Amino acid sequence: MKRRLRDALARRTMFLLSAVPGALVALIFLGLAGKSRAVLALNSFAGVLFGTTWQPLRGSFGLFPFLAGTLWVTLAAMVLAVPVSLLTAVYLSEYASPKVRGVARPVIDLLAGIPSVVFGVWGTLMIVPFVRAVASFFGATSSGYSVLAGAIVLAIMVFPTIIHVALEVFASVPQSLRDASLALGATKWETTRHVVLRKGLGGINAAVVLGLSRAFGETMAVLMVVGNVARIPRSLFDSAYPLPALIANNYGEMMSIPLYDSALMLAALVLLAVVFVFNIGARLVLVRAERKAE
Amino acid sequence: MGLRRRRVEEAVFKLLMGVSTAVVAGSLLFILGTVVVKGLPALDLTMITQTPKGGYYLGKEGGILNAIVGSLLLAAGATFLAFVFSLPVVLYLNVYRRRGSRFAVLTRFALDVLWGVPSIVYGAFAFLLMVYLGLRASLLAGMIAVALLEFPIMARAMDEVVRLVPPALRDASFSLGATKLETALRIIVRQTLPGIVTAVLIAFGRGIGDAASVIFTAGFTDRVPTSLLQPAATLPLAIFYQLGTPVAEVQQRAYASAAVLTLLILAISLAARTIGRRFKRHTIK
Repeated sequence: MKRRLRDALARRTMFLLSAVPGALVALIFLGLAGKSRAVLALNSFAGVLFGTTWQPLRGSFGLFPFLAGTLWVTLAAMVLAVPVSLLTAVYLSEYASPKVRGVARPVIDLLAGIPSVVFGVWGTLMIVPFVRAVASFFGATSSGYSVLAGAIVLAIMVFPTIIHVALEVFASVPQSLRDASLALGATKWETTRHVVLRKGLGGINAAVVLGLSRAFGETMAVLMVVGNVARIPRSLFDSAYPLPALIANNYGEMMSIPLYDSALMLAALVLLAVVFVFNIGARLVLVRAERKAE
Repeated sequence: MGLRRRRVEEAVFKLLMGVSTAVVAGSLLFILGTVVVKGLPALDLTMITQTPKGGYYLGKEGGILNAIVGSLLLAAGATFLAFVFSLPVVLYLNVYRRRGSRFAVLTRFALDVLWGVPSIVYGAFAFLLMVYLGLRASLLAGMIAVALLEFPIMARAMDEVVRLVPPALRDASFSLGATKLETALRIIVRQTLPGIVTAVLIAFGRGIGDAASVIFTAGFTDRVPTSLLQPAATLPLAIFYQLGTPVAEVQQRAYASAAVLTLLILAISLAARTIGRRFKRHTIK
């Protein structure tokens, strides 16, 4: 009897705790939205999102330069990261010997575990001077603290995310399909391209989108190498000021200037909303692919 | 297409794949190498055994003990909090609910979404929570922020191993008359202990390394915190602030601190692997 009671009690408690993840998602949205209302009462949402002047003291909170900064850095990072990650994933999944695969797993996990501030330190030491040199080679002047520096650091940070998801996708392609293709005389590469990659196309897109959303919200490492100048960048060698960096850099002042905190919470809400949509889309694709595979 | 051309195409792509894999592995080595080469020469015993003395950030004496202890305490508290929530959720989803049940699917989905939430957003949300609760920037507020960040990481990692427990094992336990709770705690937890320990350590490592979530919430101080309500320094922020000074010596210390943080993370992930393996003797194959 006592055991039954304990079980019933545990069931209730665990059920309540299991409602936490869902509730937390809602709570974060509501909390940030509630706090952003103040700034939205005086400005239209589009006005804040596409406004180009950021002068908190005068009450103008245009997020567009920061949004543009985030987009530049994120997209440039994806251009670098996607081909490298996908080729690596294909290699590890289709070509590598079990031995190489055994080594690659921990390497990718380690890369995923390196703190972003360490990426930032490495970026300022190695990538920023490198970009400065590249810029002067092309006849441009750049401090090195630039979109390109942020993109390079960010690309390396999203390798593990994309590779990890892509490997899962490739693993879910049935071996029999590969065998059938090989039996018809296709080469290994043709099999990979026409069978594995085609079959996994949805999942590959999902992997890329998950990497993109990881890059979108990354803060410290990017903040340390992009220069943080609140202007819309015109080239890869220009400085940028991404949205997450804006939030992280200004928490000190935000309580002393009216509406500042509200504007920053709105910035956080925008980040959350974008990442939320990306994640939901990618997960839906993955869940559907998984179901099909089963 | 002739066979020759097909072979050439294959060779080209194989080369590209090899280069890509080398880039991925190489960047890890490059980063670790840079941190070690730049950091170790600047590292000495006082760095890790003393707190900053007056004028530390101008190049005077002291160390980063405040940040090391702060980070360890903060991550330990956060990991504990995250564990208290993660384990029951994972057990509930796997023992009390059927795999395809709508509740289980939605909860896993919510965990996936939380996993993707950037740490700066957790920092901002925890800041709101902190103001709402009337807390100041403190060890406790930082723990809450980092616990939010760790929760989905830990829960998902646990779920991945608990899901793999063969249903037969569960059914055998039920058939012997065990309740679901008893099955969960004595069979499932024991069977998946290596995976659970690994999940906890992975989350702990993430917690130690994250800066964006604590920047609003934990504060920063030169002293070692003695209560949950005092502000606490953290290693990532210590690195960030030291690197931001114009003094070359202090920047050297930032490199040394980065080496300390990296070694700590490496040790944790090594522990996650070996401890995980050691606990395996309790599991039934």
